[in-house]
Amino acid sequence: MIDTLASRCLDGDTRAVARLISLLEDGDRKAFGTLAALKGRSGMAHVIGITGPPGSGKSTLTDKLIGDFRLRGLRVGVIAVDPSSPFSGGAILGDRLRMQGHATDPGVFIRSLASRGRLGGLSKATAFAVRALEAAGYDIVIIETVGVGQSEVDIVKVADTVVLVSVPGLGDDIQVIKAGIMEIGDIFVVNKSDRDGADRVVREIRAMLETQAMLQRGRSVDAGPDTLAARNAELLHHGQTGPIPETAPPGDGFQLAPVLKTVAETGEGVPELCKVILAGFESAKTSGALESRRRTSIKSQLKDLVAWHVMDYFADRDGDGHLDVLTERVLARELDIYTAARELFSALLKGEKR
Amino acid sequence: MERRIRVIVAKPGLDGHDRGAKVIARALRDAGMEVIYTGLRQTPEQIVQAAIQEDADVVALSILSGAHNHLFPRVVELLREKGAGDILVFGGGVIPEEDIPYLKSKGIAEIFGPGTPTTTTVDFIKTHLKRE
Repeated sequence: MIDTLASRCLDGDTRAVARLISLLEDGDRKAFGTLAALKGRSGMAHVIGITGPPGSGKSTLTDKLIGDFRLRGLRVGVIAVDPSSPFSGGAILGDRLRMQGHATDPGVFIRSLASRGRLGGLSKATAFAVRALEAAGYDIVIIETVGVGQSEVDIVKVADTVVLVSVPGLGDDIQVIKAGIMEIGDIFVVNKSDRDGADRVVREIRAMLETQAMLQRGRSVDAGPDTLAARNAELLHHGQTGPIPETAPPGDGFQLAPVLKTVAETGEGVPELCKVILAGFESAKTSGALESRRRTSIKSQLKDLVAWHVMDYFADRDGDGHLDVLTERVLARELDIYTAARELFSALLKGEKR
Repeated sequence: MERRIRVIVAKPGLDGHDRGAKVIARALRDAGMEVIYTGLRQTPEQIVQAAIQEDADVVALSILSGAHNHLFPRVVELLREKGAGDILVFGGGVIPEEDIPYLKSKGIAEIFGPGTPTTTTVDFIKTHLKRE
């Protein structure tokens, strides 16, 4: 039955894809078997993340981008994430509202996901849903994150290109140099740029990027290949095209991440954004930056998945003898909780070897 | 992980009043459901595509324009054509009493008029789900 679901997904059957995504969201074990059968198409799509604060225009921008990608004959899947209630677990998924103009286009598939308790801007099933859409033959998969604040950066683990959407009027230049969200953009968009202060935001982002590039040029080579800084440096090295910054680039072949102005409501600036997104992807493909980025992403997703397995393992064994014994010993102050956790973990590792 | 009930809340037709739909959306959210809000002036085709792509369990339609006898049955018909007849469809809004039997005969599971307590709607969904 599951194999039928896999082959229906490969045929692009909308209902099958939709159902598979639900099963993956619900953590259905058989659905992961289906996903395994789809692995041949893994990595076929260009995955674009759209992130930014609530109300910055991510959905409207996504709607307009869908239109532009469709004009180029590309099939587009969209995963739009909105928050779940921490109280009822329910959610209002309202991103689709702005994209309903594309609802009846067979080359477009839009799926809303609730974050279901995850705090990184995505839901646990987002990466799985991407695989399902790839299998169904969508050339582009756009992920719209929940409206983010400063530190929801999970999108960088899933997307090939992260578009960070800002708007005028959110704060001063210190906001731009804070750690977190501003570090993950491959392309920066200042939306609602018909409003006062848009040029100032553009200048602040460019200044931030120039500083970052200079610092990275000066960084020592032994920083290791897996740091975010190294990844950023690599991305800055390869693959970034776009309008030339108003100020002088830092030289040495460094190309700053593009900063674009848009008015998503009217579509102004969106064709340029579309061009920059696609050009960046093409050059990342030829330079090898894409492959190294995906390697980093896979490694990081793998670690997350293993951590989830461990959590599931203990969730399933709540009341497990060993867990109970250790709990009692901590309670009686015979053992400290960190030693108990290490003991439990090493018991788990030994158990898994058998 | 438990399964969440997914509901499309949609307004077919041309009236521009969605307060009732938003109240229902909010009530269903507070009852732990995932509500996909598609907004005003939706065609039956758009609503049905959304229901399929979102893998909805329920489609809740709200209408005030008077076109319910045409638009509600059309949604059910299109769902069945797409092999999604297992999605529960119900409606609300300003709908004359005498139209209700006709709508039910066309596969609309229930009609909730103005003033229906939201708990009635929530209970109805929980007891009438067709899937699983």
